[in-house]
Amino acid sequence: MLYREAGQFKSSYETDSQIFPIRQDRTGIALLVVIAFIGIPLVASPYFFSAILIPFLIFSLAALGLNILTGYAGQLSLGSAAFMAVGAFGAYNFMLRVPGIPLLASFALGGLCAAAVGLLFGLPSLRVRGFYLAASTLATQFFVVWALTKVRWFTNYSSSGVITAQKMQILGFDFDTPVAKYLLVLVIVSTLGLLAKNMVRSNVGRCWMAVRDMDVAAEVIGIPLMKTKLLAFAVSSFYCGVAGALYAYAYLGTVEPEAYSLDLSFRILFMVIIGGLGSVMGSFLGAAFIVLLPVILNTLAHTTNISTAVASNLELMVFGALIIFFLIVEPHGLARLWQIAKEKLRLWPFPH
Amino acid sequence: MNNSSSTRRSGDVILDLRAISLSFGGVKALTDISFDVREHEIRAIIGPNGAGKSSMLNVINGVYRPQQGEIIYRGQHLRDMDTHAAAESGIARTFQNIALFKGMTVLDNIMTGRNLKMQSNFLMQALYIGPARREEITHRIKVEEVIDFLEIQHIRKTPVGRLPYGLQKRVELGRALAAEPQILLLDEPMAGMNVEEKQDMCRFILDVNEQFGTTIVLIEHDMGVVMDISDRVVVLDYGKKIGDGTPDEIRSNQDVINAYLGVAH
Amino acid sequence: MNLNFFFEVLIGGLLSGVMYALVALGFVLIYKASGVFNFAQGAMVFFAALTCVSLTEFGWPLWLAIAATIVIMSVLGLAVERIVLRPLVNQPEISLFMATIGLSFFIEGMAQLMWGSDVKRLDLGIEDVPMESLMQSLNIIVSKFDVIAAGICALLVTGLALFFSRTKVGRALRAVADDHQAALAVGIPLQQIWGIVWSVAGFVALVAGLLWGSRNGVQFALTFVALKALPVLILGGFTSVPGAIIGGLIIGTSEKLAEVYVGPFVGGGIEGWFPYVLALLFLLVRPEGLFGEKIIRRI
Repeated sequence: MLYREAGQFKSSYETDSQIFPIRQDRTGIALLVVIAFIGIPLVASPYFFSAILIPFLIFSLAALGLNILTGYAGQLSLGSAAFMAVGAFGAYNFMLRVPGIPLLASFALGGLCAAAVGLLFGLPSLRVRGFYLAASTLATQFFVVWALTKVRWFTNYSSSGVITAQKMQILGFDFDTPVAKYLLVLVIVSTLGLLAKNMVRSNVGRCWMAVRDMDVAAEVIGIPLMKTKLLAFAVSSFYCGVAGALYAYAYLGTVEPEAYSLDLSFRILFMVIIGGLGSVMGSFLGAAFIVLLPVILNTLAHTTNISTAVASNLELMVFGALIIFFLIVEPHGLARLWQIAKEKLRLWPFPH
Repeated sequence: MNNSSSTRRSGDVILDLRAISLSFGGVKALTDISFDVREHEIRAIIGPNGAGKSSMLNVINGVYRPQQGEIIYRGQHLRDMDTHAAAESGIARTFQNIALFKGMTVLDNIMTGRNLKMQSNFLMQALYIGPARREEITHRIKVEEVIDFLEIQHIRKTPVGRLPYGLQKRVELGRALAAEPQILLLDEPMAGMNVEEKQDMCRFILDVNEQFGTTIVLIEHDMGVVMDISDRVVVLDYGKKIGDGTPDEIRSNQDVINAYLGVAH
Repeated sequence: MNLNFFFEVLIGGLLSGVMYALVALGFVLIYKASGVFNFAQGAMVFFAALTCVSLTEFGWPLWLAIAATIVIMSVLGLAVERIVLRPLVNQPEISLFMATIGLSFFIEGMAQLMWGSDVKRLDLGIEDVPMESLMQSLNIIVSKFDVIAAGICALLVTGLALFFSRTKVGRALRAVADDHQAALAVGIPLQQIWGIVWSVAGFVALVAGLLWGSRNGVQFALTFVALKALPVLILGGFTSVPGAIIGGLIIGTSEKLAEVYVGPFVGGGIEGWFPYVLALLFLLVRPEGLFGEKIIRRI
């Protein structure tokens, strides 16, 4: 009743290809933007920012990166955390060695380093597919993290291997409160999210999906397989790299290789699967889910007096079960469920 | 259906295949096949199942590389065709088992057919400014023309996986047409269709040939269709060529009758 | 260079290679029969070892614990086939693979939930002491345990290889791996076959888990052993039993040799990534592995 499209006609291809063609969606998004940028900073607690919103945004960005590679371009990757690590260390080293470099530039350069590594380790995708490719991405994960630990130059010869991240500053303004960090991360993530949405709607996104769906046919219609796959690796790694830099600077406060383990790669993969492969919104939904689930489980554990060890094992089991559940019931994840809900909403209160 | 081929003017030879031999491991798919295709004509390839017809099309647009033989395309002598080069030089095709991108809508699938004509790079597309934006709209207009031509407006936003077989085949034709090809290779475009769908498809093929002058090489089992719309026919059997000529010549060729015809489909 | 030392490292590598081969074998079995790459094999190794050890801690004799664990693993395998695999029967391989990733997390959580997360010691009654005979005759130090473990693995592997190629069930398994529908069409009882396969894979997991576990203690890290099986399979081919063995041996030896001879120059820790990078390079040259089947895609 409220969500009807009736009366909303499009008279040009421009308006037909908007990101949010339905007016109610546009109002919804506008509302969300207002809440995100103004409402939340006014009411939320520092805990909410530091423990929930900031990691949610950072993981959304990483999940978006992985979604571009795996969801849109169909190249399964188990090494996303490694690219995040490259981004973090890249940003750190640029800020360390280039005096006065702007904060955003160092993040971007960290992302570019990650993109370069992504290009290199994406080369196997030209020869292998499926889980052979996944296995080769494991090589990326293990090798990169090992290299960042062993090559002392990256950690600036620190004795403990754990470096404190530099303060974040733009034009003299320090981003040291949770609210400030949140807003910075929000701006970066929403901008990159918008760029990603534009890419997947355009020719490059269609080329990626073509390669994913049937690469032989894609080749026949003239899509350059090598360039398309490598571009997917590069863009995906850039996104993961920036996410990794934000992870270090806006969340952990330290730059350490151990934070970017295989476990993190799996978590990001889960976000993408649960949220929805091949969906920008799905990346955000999946990240929200994975960030909130441990919090919910922990609160449940506290209220019912289960030990933390049991709770963390339960968490593993719930994660695993949910992955299987989503793959069986709704392979397109929460994003698809959201779409179905919206379609039902269009007809509400009528059943069909 | 009336035979309108006499009103078409076939041009010069645009594609010449000489002594093509292709084998997979020990299996010989094609043995010493030679035939040519003239510009603006409709050339049919027929033959029993397993005769090597699809393999022949695959050789023409570079999916398979023949072990022997030569391809002369628009005057250029080639040892074999490269898929990307084939697409770039105006060869488009459809597949026997529908090679559509199941995860995308009809509109997006046909838009992929325009990919070679898109110039802007991914950064401009990410920002969706100026050239990228204009280009997207321009190509959308062209694609909508194809959609109008094939009368599939009502399903343009439907994911192709959900469409019935006949419509999927039409969408695949649309994707090939969107590339504005010079040569269109059609692999059993009417397989699995009922009479009405076949009539529609025939109409589309004839229209494409007459309106745009596209050369068409087509594999088809329906003899009625083949005899009615093609200018010339090549007959394959067990990877060898056993007939080559106009539909009338083929109809009366004893080898062909023995191998294949006998009962009209 | 000390030749004796080289041989020790080489043999040590070969022996750990045999162990890798054993874990890889579990993968090959399931892949051959159901076309699924079972990422959860490592978790199954962990679960099997943990169950067995925990039962002995309750006072059960070892042979009874092993027997009970085999039964439990069979039940687990059947449950997995029923709940996870059957609903996903027509999905692309990637979905199945990701489902097994989820499964591995589930089994890991379940194992620790049931039996606790402490490291458990496992005593199989075989000592980890050098073999007297070899030490005296060739001046090489090789652990008795390793040799016996290798012997067990060799036995198991030979048995399985024969099973696949000589028996009716083995043939049926290969048919199922090739084409489910066709196998059904000739009357092969799919569910039974899968049940058998997962039980055998569970048994293999148990043997691997016990051997690894008694060497390094039964702990969560055991699941990462399974990850090492991936390079083994890449080298050997996903569908080949001899491939798993040879792949395992190559990975085991090269990993040890690299760590010992190249490691000191670059700060050590090479074992963590060397097998994967090796597999990666191998993939570029020969994507189907040494013994795998080349897949021709026709459109």
